[in-house]
Amino acid sequence: MKVVVDMKACMSNALCMMAAPEVFEVREDGMLYILNETPPEELRAKVVEAVRLCPTQAITIEG
Amino acid sequence: MSLRSVVIVGASLAGLAAAHRLRDLAFDGTITIVGEEESPPYQRPPLSKQFLTGDWERPRLDLRIQRQDFDWRLGARATGLNVAERRVTLASGEHVPFDGLVIATGARARAPAGFAGRNGAYTLRTVEDASAIRDRIARGARKAVVVGAGFIGCEVASSLRKLGCDVTVVEMDRLPLLRVLGERLGEVCRTLHEAHGVKLELGIGVDGFAGSDAIEGVRLSDGRVIEAEIVIAGIGVTPNVGWLEDSGLDLQNGVLCDATGMAAENIVAAGDVARWDHPRYGPVRIEHWDSAIGQGEAAAATLISGRERAAAFDMTSFFWSDQYENKMQLVGMPQSPDELRVVEGALDERRFVAVFLRGGRVTGAFLYNSMHRVIAYKAMVDSNAHLEAKTA
Ligand SMILES: Cc1cc2nc3c(=O)[nH]c(=O)nc-3n(C[C@H](O)[C@H](O)[C@H](O)COP(=O)(O)OP(=O)(O)OC[C@H]3O[C@@H](n4cnc5c(N)ncnc54)[C@H](O)[C@@H]3O)c2cc1C
Ligand code: SF4
Repeated sequence: MKVVVDMKACMSNALCMMAAPEVFEVREDGMLYILNETPPEELRAKVVEAVRLCPTQAITIEG
Repeated sequence: MSLRSVVIVGASLAGLAAAHRLRDLAFDGTITIVGEEESPPYQRPPLSKQFLTGDWERPRLDLRIQRQDFDWRLGARATGLNVAERRVTLASGEHVPFDGLVIATGARARAPAGFAGRNGAYTLRTVEDASAIRDRIARGARKAVVVGAGFIGCEVASSLRKLGCDVTVVEMDRLPLLRVLGERLGEVCRTLHEAHGVKLELGIGVDGFAGSDAIEGVRLSDGRVIEAEIVIAGIGVTPNVGWLEDSGLDLQNGVLCDATGMAAENIVAAGDVARWDHPRYGPVRIEHWDSAIGQGEAAAATLISGRERAAAFDMTSFFWSDQYENKMQLVGMPQSPDELRVVEGALDERRFVAVFLRGGRVTGAFLYNSMHRVIAYKAMVDSNAHLEAKTA
């Protein structure tokens, strides 16, 4: 599984971070960082949840 | 009873979340999604933000539909529910039978008396509403009045300033967002809007509107009239329960459900329409993005597991708002706090965190340009953490 975020769409409201903090982190500079672009399969449910929660639909999972 | 068919009424955020979760849970019966709006589910939050300012166009609003196997009935309004016979009636007269039902009809914007139907008078709930406001401004309307300084009113004011409008906000309370955020944070919001050139008429009611077909102004309760070419009312919403009137369900301020989302046997409700018996807050109707999804998913799980095995859904509420270049987040429901304590930064700085306390325990947190701290404060709200009294 590969996680891709459309950074132009991202509004940094950190909903993804609340769903999957292992993968998404909004830092002090107000920017979103992807901590792990190819998270292990056991995090899939959390990442799928982040995709649904993201209010700008900026996250996609490939594979 | 085994569940073979689920009908979801309301084709928006909560309904779609329920549909997705039903499939996640390996439900392989039919899922029929009935929605009054013609368009497939879309995001409402940008309607007062990126879409209103024109930074985003329509295709960007679409919600992702992750499955092909939903049976869509769009442009179809439900007009009745028969609980005993387990069927929903549509405006066309058609009856749609179900084994399980998800009620997710959301809410609609309230309009002040004498407002609806006038040229230049708008509420903001649908993409059509937002498009109409954009059109009006594109055709030259510059003098704008926003009625109500809640989150939507404040966001609209911010977006209209960005579009170059003169904006006056009229609010009955002494401060913007007073009821949600209290005195000191309301003051922060007042300062913010004033700094961006918004004129605030606070502590005053609206008595009526000037003009006939087209709105020409807003009449205040002290007799003054504020000239306006466009007026947007953000004075709250009413849950869409009209179609359930004869169902026998408890509909006082939304569809009452228990802590698992259940309103009656095999009937669940979720999102803005639901008054959920929250394990920590008691029965509340929450009008937030995050809870519409969370409730939709929990309601789906409840349908699948059945009444006996259904789990109580205990979610800390979360809300964000973007105003000008600032990002606000509210975690938890600070019901009658006895203290607001600034724990990071200061209220007059561009970045701060304030927590709501009750008996020394954290019941809520307000983050201003501090998204990176949201997990830490959410954990404090979740656990009702105790904060030592300030010694200074
Ligand atoms: C302008 C705006 C800005 C917002 N900004 C934010 C924000 O920044 N942060 C945040 O957390 N939340 C925000 N929200 C709130 C969030 O969008 C809502 O909580 C969410 O949309 C609720 O989803 P829902 O599915 O419960 O209801 P809704 O989105 O209201 O959907 C209900 C659907 O049911 C349909 N329906 C109603 N009656 C019937 C019927 N009888 N038959 C068939 N269909 C019916 C409606 O047409 C509608 O499509 C905002 C809302 C608005 C309007
Ligand atoms: S939820 Fe979406 S918009 Fe928000 S920070 Fe994550 S990727 Fe960005």
